[in-house]
Amino acid sequence: MDNRIEKRIELKAPVSRVWRALTDYREFGEWFRVKLDGPFVPGQVARGRITHPGYEHVKWEAVVQKMEPERLFSFTWHPYAVDPKIDYSKETPTLVEFRLEKIAGGTLLVLTESGFDKIPSERRLEAFRMNEGGWTAQMKNIESYVAQKP
Amino acid sequence: MFAALGDETRLSLVAKLSDGQSYSISQLTEGSKLTRQAITKHLRVLESVGMVHSSRAGRESLFEFSPQPIEGIKQYLDLVSERWDRALSRLKSFVEG
Repeated sequence: MDNRIEKRIELKAPVSRVWRALTDYREFGEWFRVKLDGPFVPGQVARGRITHPGYEHVKWEAVVQKMEPERLFSFTWHPYAVDPKIDYSKETPTLVEFRLEKIAGGTLLVLTESGFDKIPSERRLEAFRMNEGGWTAQMKNIESYVAQKP
Repeated sequence: MFAALGDETRLSLVAKLSDGQSYSISQLTEGSKLTRQAITKHLRVLESVGMVHSSRAGRESLFEFSPQPIEGIKQYLDLVSERWDRALSRLKSFVEG
C-alpha cells in the first residue's frame, strides 16, 4: 500500500498545449470543473468554487508550488475540504504534481499525488459521502458535454 | 500508518497475524533473529496505529490483526485514484479536441 497515487496518460497534443490546459486558470477550470478567481502564481493561494451541479457551494483552494514551464506544475491542497466549519489549514495537505514529457505523437503526462498518510480518518469519510452523493453521475453528464468542445 | 508498515519486521508480523489467529509474543518471536524485546517494540508500533490489538490471557499478551484501518485507507486511495482517472480523461478530451 503506497503513500502516493501515480497516473500516466499519453495525450495526442503538443506539450505546449497540455501545459496551457494545466496552467492557464481558465482552461484548468474547464476540465477540472472549478471556477478560479485568478491566475496560478507560484507560492500563492489559488481560490475558486467547484462547478459541478449540486456542489457549487464547495470552495476550492490550493497553494501553487512549482511552475517550471512545460515540465512541472505542482500545488498542495486539502482534498475533499468541504466543511465550512473546519479549519483545514491545521492538516497537512497533499502534493499534486503534473510532469510533462514530449513523446512521439504528443505528450506524456505523469500525475502524482502524495502525502496521504497524514489525512485524518474523518476526511476519508467525507470523501466517501461526497462520492455517494451522486458525484459520479454528475461527472458523467458533464464529461459528455465537454467531449463536444474542441 | 504507512510508516508503521514501512519496516520488514513489522510487515512480516502483519503477514503472520493476518491468518486471523491470536499469537503470543513467544510465538511471534519463534524463528526470528530478533529478541523478544525487539518484537514487542514492533508490535506496540502496530498497536499504536490500530492495525493490531492485544488482549491478556493469563500472564501472556495475545496479539490479533485488525483489518479496519488498512481497509479504510485502501478504499480512500481507490476513491482518489478513480477521481483522478476521471479528471485526466476530461483533460484528454479537452486537449485532443
